[in-house]
Amino acid sequence: MELVCPAGTPAALRAAADAGADAIYCGFANETNARNFPGLNFSPKELAEGVVYAHAKGAKVLVAINTFARAGNIDLWRQAVDDAAACNADAIIAADLAVLEHAAEKHPERRLHLSVQAAANSPEAIHFYADTFGVKRVVLPRVFSVPEIAALNRDIDVETEVFVFGGLCVMTEGRCSLSSYATGKSPNLTGVCSPPDHVDYREDKSGRLLAQLGGFTIDSFEKGAPAGYPTLCKGQFSAEGRTGYLFEDPVSLNAFELLEDLSKAGVTALKIEGRQRGKAYIAGVVSGFRRAVDGLTTGADAGPAIAALKSFSEGGRQTSGSYKKTWR
Amino acid sequence: MTATKRIELALGPCFFNWSVDQFLDFYARIADEAEIDRVYLGEVICGKRMPFTDTVWPQAIERLEKSGKTVVLSTLAQPVNKRERTILKQQANYDMPIEINDMSLLPSREARPFTAGPFLNVYNEASLAFLSKRGAIAWCPPVELPLDSIQQIAALVPEVEIELFAFGRLPLALSSRCYHARAHGLSKDSCQFICERDPDGMDVATLDGKRFLAANGIQTLSDACHVAALTADHLHTSGIQRLRLSPHMSDMVAVSNAFREFLDGALDAAELDAQLERLALPGPLCNAYLKGEAGWKKTSLPA
Repeated sequence: MELVCPAGTPAALRAAADAGADAIYCGFANETNARNFPGLNFSPKELAEGVVYAHAKGAKVLVAINTFARAGNIDLWRQAVDDAAACNADAIIAADLAVLEHAAEKHPERRLHLSVQAAANSPEAIHFYADTFGVKRVVLPRVFSVPEIAALNRDIDVETEVFVFGGLCVMTEGRCSLSSYATGKSPNLTGVCSPPDHVDYREDKSGRLLAQLGGFTIDSFEKGAPAGYPTLCKGQFSAEGRTGYLFEDPVSLNAFELLEDLSKAGVTALKIEGRQRGKAYIAGVVSGFRRAVDGLTTGADAGPAIAALKSFSEGGRQTSGSYKKTWR
Repeated sequence: MTATKRIELALGPCFFNWSVDQFLDFYARIADEAEIDRVYLGEVICGKRMPFTDTVWPQAIERLEKSGKTVVLSTLAQPVNKRERTILKQQANYDMPIEINDMSLLPSREARPFTAGPFLNVYNEASLAFLSKRGAIAWCPPVELPLDSIQQIAALVPEVEIELFAFGRLPLALSSRCYHARAHGLSKDSCQFICERDPDGMDVATLDGKRFLAANGIQTLSDACHVAALTADHLHTSGIQRLRLSPHMSDMVAVSNAFREFLDGALDAAELDAQLERLALPGPLCNAYLKGEAGWKKTSLPA
């Protein structure tokens, strides 16, 4: 299985290539990609240099142009596709019909991957994208259990890529407007979720730290305890007279234990989340999973390397998410 | 000069787990009393609910069509299993108008006319033009899409009718996890259909008790009730032909008739708000998505 690793900066790209990534995904520094954070992402020149570096290390570069193009301004997205092709990127990852159509028409020689943001969660939807745009690989929305992925792979002719580590969307990717409801900025429209400029921390009378997003208090921490980031779907809410993590606990995905099952289910590529993360995260997680993937054939134990990644997970807590049916 | 066509009113599909009797009474009243031109119906949110309401739809369709309303079958937004996928394929071949809420259905519909529903990610003119070539004759934009974007798209793709989500709790998110089940300590597979307890969704508040969201099985909605109080003139200028009202337990006949009066100029925006607020709405009014701002806010819209 191919190990697909994130890079938010040229330094992270080099770190991922050095740590043994088979492929590295990244995006341009604008709203065309779903990690549109200040100080992150690539200029066309940086991307071109990154591609040269990655190729020298035997790694591919996949460019995420996976937000939905703004009405009246689609050319920004089309330009991003053209730039990615000009930089000799190995594949383009897209979700919007307009972006997919442009890539398929203007760059038919370039591999096209369907972004998780397209939320293609049935063989029919995947056939549609494959037949219409020549999509070669689909990044699966995090709604499937492993047996369901195996069944899906029997029904489709394209490759599948699944998330194995990092931040975990609880809502179906590409079908969530919670962030824009609270803040006006959304993954689909602006490429951000729960954006930092809408986050506020304040102390209540008892000294507890309250975390707010868009003015809504969605988490609280004991005095002196480490404060988590108020991502909307991992906040605390009250419903039915009870208060707690209604949608999901503050946890991160780690599907290490399921790698063999995913391989048997016919998965082609394993994806690590975290384009917003620093070099230490990239180097640590990529080398850990490199060892884990290689261990599937060599039998070498990657357990300790993976256990060391716990500190990279939200609140130090991990889940195998939807891959186990009980998660639902 | 061409005469401007009357802005129509549509009733959207009901997102909630209502009983058979509730549905039949509801659609009978809509048929007899509501100023509604078009009705979308069918289970959109949860395939597990489908067996319970299967008997509703043929009766409701007949009743509504008899009263002269256009009826559109709205389809499941997130099909997951084989049974749901089979149902979708059958629905694609029904000889009646349908609304597509997931790309899964596009190949089966094979370029026959359909409405592109608000759950599809259509955010720009090229995406809508793409769907138009494959049969889309009407489009209800995603709720977070600002009015100026809708206006630009309408101008560039005039062949598709545009229907604006104009009333009700905003459909914000879908998940594979059922939050009703989770809140009650159950799993999705053994949910006991507990979502039936909340016919307008389960209220979700913040830690300081502020109303915020509403859960409806695998769906998350806004707590606030969106009201697009845009005048008929403004809608015409924006290229919008129809408003969609999303069903709630509030008196939907009164809601639709208030909107009709507003569109006909008998009420102004403030009077529409005031009339609606007297109707036991599920949440406070909001509308700021139309201006590209945080959706929960209430802002003044241009007249």
